[in-house]
Amino acid sequence: MKPSRILVIALLAVAALYFLLPVYWLVVASTKSSAGLFGSFGLWFSDPQWLHNLSQVFSYNDSVFWNWTWNSFLYAGVGGALATLFACAAGYALAVYRFRGREAVFKVVLAGVLLPSTALALPLYLLFSKVGLANTYWAVLIPSMVSPFGVFLCRIYAEAAVPMEMLEAARVDGAGELRIFNTLVLRTMTPALVTVFLFQFVGIWNNYFLPLVMLSDDRKYPLTLGLTTWQSQAERYPELYQLTVGGAFLSILPLAAAMLVLQRYWRSGLTQGSVKG
Amino acid sequence: MSSTNPAGGGPRRTARPDRAAWGFLLPFVALFLFVFVIPLGYAIYESLLKPIRSGSLGLGPATVGFAGLDNYTLALQQSDFLDGFGRVLLFGIVQVPVMLLLATTLALVLDTLSQRWAGILRAAYFLPYGVPGVIASILWGFLYVPGVSPLVDLLGRAGLAPDFLGYHGVLWSIANIVIWEFTGYNMLVIVAQLKSIPQELYEAARIDGASAWQTAVRIKLPLARPALVLTGVFSIIGTLQLFAEPLVIKPLTSTVTSSYTPNLAAYNEAFSNNNIYLAAAESVILALVASVLSFGFLSLVNRKERGAR
Repeated sequence: MKPSRILVIALLAVAALYFLLPVYWLVVASTKSSAGLFGSFGLWFSDPQWLHNLSQVFSYNDSVFWNWTWNSFLYAGVGGALATLFACAAGYALAVYRFRGREAVFKVVLAGVLLPSTALALPLYLLFSKVGLANTYWAVLIPSMVSPFGVFLCRIYAEAAVPMEMLEAARVDGAGELRIFNTLVLRTMTPALVTVFLFQFVGIWNNYFLPLVMLSDDRKYPLTLGLTTWQSQAERYPELYQLTVGGAFLSILPLAAAMLVLQRYWRSGLTQGSVKG
Repeated sequence: MSSTNPAGGGPRRTARPDRAAWGFLLPFVALFLFVFVIPLGYAIYESLLKPIRSGSLGLGPATVGFAGLDNYTLALQQSDFLDGFGRVLLFGIVQVPVMLLLATTLALVLDTLSQRWAGILRAAYFLPYGVPGVIASILWGFLYVPGVSPLVDLLGRAGLAPDFLGYHGVLWSIANIVIWEFTGYNMLVIVAQLKSIPQELYEAARIDGASAWQTAVRIKLPLARPALVLTGVFSIIGTLQLFAEPLVIKPLTSTVTSSYTPNLAAYNEAFSNNNIYLAAAESVILALVASVLSFGFLSLVNRKERGAR
C-alpha cells in the first residue's frame, strides 16, 4: 500500500473516532449507577443497570420527561410542517409570478436568512410578553413556523422544477391557482419540501434559546431545555447526574436514527440551496 | 423565464396574477412581519427607553421615559460586553477556518472512496449534527471534567495534565464542541456540491494525466466554491449567536462569566438584572454586527468572484 493511502485511511479513522467517541461514552455512561459514573473508567461498562436507569428517567418528577419528549415532537413536527407549507407557497409565488414588490419581498427574505435568530429571541420575548403570548405553546410554535431559508430553497427549486407549460395547460383547462398549487405544484416540489421540513424539524428540535426565554412552566419545555434544568440542579441533587446522562442518551435517539436513514435524501436536497447560492 | 407568448396573450397569464401571488405569500409574509420585523422594531423602540425613578432615594414608583441613545452608549461602555464581542471574534477567526478546512478535507477524501465506505463514514461524521447543541455541550462537559472524564483520565496517565476548563483552555473547549457538532453538516453540503459536478470533467482531467491531488485542488475545490461560501456565511452567523454551549459549560467552571458572549450578556441583562431596555439595545447591536459581518463577507466574496472573471 502506498504511504499516501495509509495516511488517508488514518485520517478517516481518527475523524470517525473523534465524531463517535462522545456518543459511545454516552451509551456506556447511561448504563452505569451514579457511583459507577464517577468511580469507574468512562470508556468501559461497570455494573450495567440500563433498564433501571431509563425507567428512573421516565418516572422522575411525575414523568416530566414524557412531557418534554411529547413537546419536542409537537414543536418540531407541527412547526416544521407549517413552516414548510408556508415556505413552499411563498417560494413558488416568487418563482412563477411577476408582480410588483417581488424583488422587495425576496430581499426581505434574504435579510431574514442572514439575521441570527438568537439575536431576535430576546426582542421576540419582549413583544410576546407584551401581547400575553409568553409562556404558552404558541410562543415557541409561532416563530418556528417561519423559515426564510425554506422560502429561498423553494424559490430556487420551483424555478428549476415547475414547468411553466404545465401551469399554462392547467389554466387553459380552467383550474384555479389554488387548485393548481394543491394538486400539481406540491407534488412536483416534494423533494424540496422534504429538505425544508427536515431542516426546520432539526432546527426546532435543537432550539434552546427561544424556549429558554419564552417558557417558565417546565411542563411546556422541550427536551433540550428540560435536560439542562436537570443538569443545572445536579449540584444539589446528585442523582440528577445519572438522569441527565440517561435522558441525553434517550433524547438523541430519534434524531440520530433519522440522520442515518435520511442523509441520502438530505444530500440530494442540499444541492438545491448551494448550486445558485 | 419564458419571455414570449406566441398566442399573443402578453405577460399577463391569468386575470389577476398579482392577487394570486400575494395570496400565496400572505401566510409567510404575515408571520415574518410578526416574528422578525415587528419584534426588531419593538426592540429598537424599547432600547430608546429607560426607567426613571422618583422619590428621594430612587425607591418611589418608576416611570418609563425617553432615553435617547443612552442605552447604546452604556452598552458600548461596558467592558465585559465589548470583551464578549472580542472573544467571539477571536473564536470565529480560529473555529470557522478549522471547521471548514476539516469539512472540506473530509468531503474531498470521501469523494474518492468506494460507495459503501463513503456511505458509512459520511453517516458517522454527520451523526453529531443530530445531537442538539445543548446536549452536545452536556456530553462534552462530562468529558472535560476531571474525575468523570475518561479523556482527562487517559491523558493524565500519559503524563499530560490537560485543563479543558481553565482560563486559557475553555474557549477552545467550546470551539471543539461547535466543530464536533457542525463539521459533518458542512461536509455534507460540500459533498452535495461535488456530486453536482459533471463526471466528464473528471474524465477529461484523467485523460490529461492529472493526479488525484491535482484534480482535487484544481477542479473540485474551485467548483465547490458556492458551497464553501454558503457554509462560511452560516458559520459566521452561528459564531455570533454563541450561547447554549457557554451557558451549559458555565456551571462547570468559574472562567465562563455571565457576559462571556454578547448573547449571554443580553440574556443576563434581561433576566438577571431585569434591565430589558439595556438588553434590547444589546440585542440590536448584536443583530447589527451580525448583519454587517455576513453581508460584508458575501459582498467581499462576490467582488473577488467578479474580479477573477
